[in-house]
Amino acid sequence: MTKTTAATVIIDTGCANLSSVRFAFERLGADVLVTDDADAIKAATRVVLPGVGSAPAAMNSLKQKNLMALVQGLTQPVMGVCLGMQLMTSKSTEQGAIAADTPCLGLIPTEVRALDTQGLPTPHMGWNQLTPVLKNGQVHPLLEGINAGDFVYFVHSFCAPVSEYSIATSEYGEVFSAAIADGNFMGLQFHPEKSAAVGAKMLANFLKLDSDSLAAYNARVIGGAA
Amino acid sequence: MLAKRIVPCLDVKAGKVVKGVQFRNHEIVGDIVPLAQRYAEEGADELVFYDITASAHDRVVDKSWVSRVAERIDIPFCVAGGIKTIEQAREILAFGADKISVNSPALSDPSLIRRLHDEFGRQCVVVGIDSFFDADSGSYKVKQFTGDEAATRDTQWYTLDWVEEAQKQGCGEIVLNVMNSDGVRQGYDLVQLSKVRAVCDVPLVASGGAGAMEHFRDVFVEAQVDAALAASVFHKGIIPIPDLKQYLREQQICIRADDRHQRIA
Repeated sequence: MTKTTAATVIIDTGCANLSSVRFAFERLGADVLVTDDADAIKAATRVVLPGVGSAPAAMNSLKQKNLMALVQGLTQPVMGVCLGMQLMTSKSTEQGAIAADTPCLGLIPTEVRALDTQGLPTPHMGWNQLTPVLKNGQVHPLLEGINAGDFVYFVHSFCAPVSEYSIATSEYGEVFSAAIADGNFMGLQFHPEKSAAVGAKMLANFLKLDSDSLAAYNARVIGGAA
Repeated sequence: MLAKRIVPCLDVKAGKVVKGVQFRNHEIVGDIVPLAQRYAEEGADELVFYDITASAHDRVVDKSWVSRVAERIDIPFCVAGGIKTIEQAREILAFGADKISVNSPALSDPSLIRRLHDEFGRQCVVVGIDSFFDADSGSYKVKQFTGDEAATRDTQWYTLDWVEEAQKQGCGEIVLNVMNSDGVRQGYDLVQLSKVRAVCDVPLVASGGAGAMEHFRDVFVEAQVDAALAASVFHKGIIPIPDLKQYLREQQICIRADDRHQRIA
């Protein structure tokens, strides 16, 4: 096993469907570990935060597993997938047993609210098109080789609105963030593990990321702004 | 733009893919994983696996094939058949299915839909409905336990009422299978599907009756469904999926471009 392929950890968030993400990385030849062990997560070159279900239930699970502060302290590339992306924001208006907003991890300073589908069937379910957002002419390394109009698989009712943290958008009733990023944290609203060749390309991009390459990208983006 | 989905359905019986005509006389059409993989490679947008024996025989069969499918294919798939409990659903989702579909058990206990919703979220709870046109009453009604002809029975539900109830209980998608049309390839029931579409605020999947490429165009354009499910036309090679997608694109319907197929071609 090479160092890069052995260094990818999927956080066991306690949600039901973790296999799909693992299988998708394994199809790319990567050696991935699914774990909630703090040391293994901290030692990883890159970390995946998966999630399906509701934001309140997923945040409860992270709390019960004592993973909140750990994830917040990670400095390597961390990629949230679907609900995992939503958990990376400051809060979600999705409510659980308690009728209140759900505080999230606060890794990317944006918020999650209900997608305004303008009367279209809800949830937003199926294959929709991406528009990558360039930052100072730079595409986010996760989206390297992805073209405007490429289709990926979405299933969600909540979304992060378009913001300065959007690295790709899509449209269903309204334009929303298909992907967001800030620093070492990035999240995809869709399911790359179920998005055929386009999704596999993004996962392969993620497997090439490490702290140095991501820092180099961030420096280029900031450098361009200066 | 959100693409209309082409969904091959693989009816599973004793670990093999089968297909009958109007739910009878099942013949084996192939092994699960190679067929699933072939459809994914040809550009199918999603797959549905119906374990058609499970509910009728009051048991849940071995679902380990779900994991073998999830390992190999990179498009979403749904598993249906005999799911009666949260734990059964959890196992199938843990094996890697994206959605689970409930049909007969939800008719016996509609709160199953609510409990699945609360546990796993709306996005993975599909309700399958076997609907037939009752000529005597001139209305659409729901049948239960259709996996086994001997066990099949009528329910008290009118189809449109059950569609509304399933949504109230929290389902995230509805698959409407029109039994009068199933396997006979005379086209989707556009009248019935349009009526269901009018009361269906979640994604709606048409099932039963596909026989020609025009049938897919008609059901997308006229009944406004989100996805079209078919079995025999794909299993028997009557309609190659790449040809179907190309045809639908020419009809100005938004269909997913599939890089993989274009590369192979």
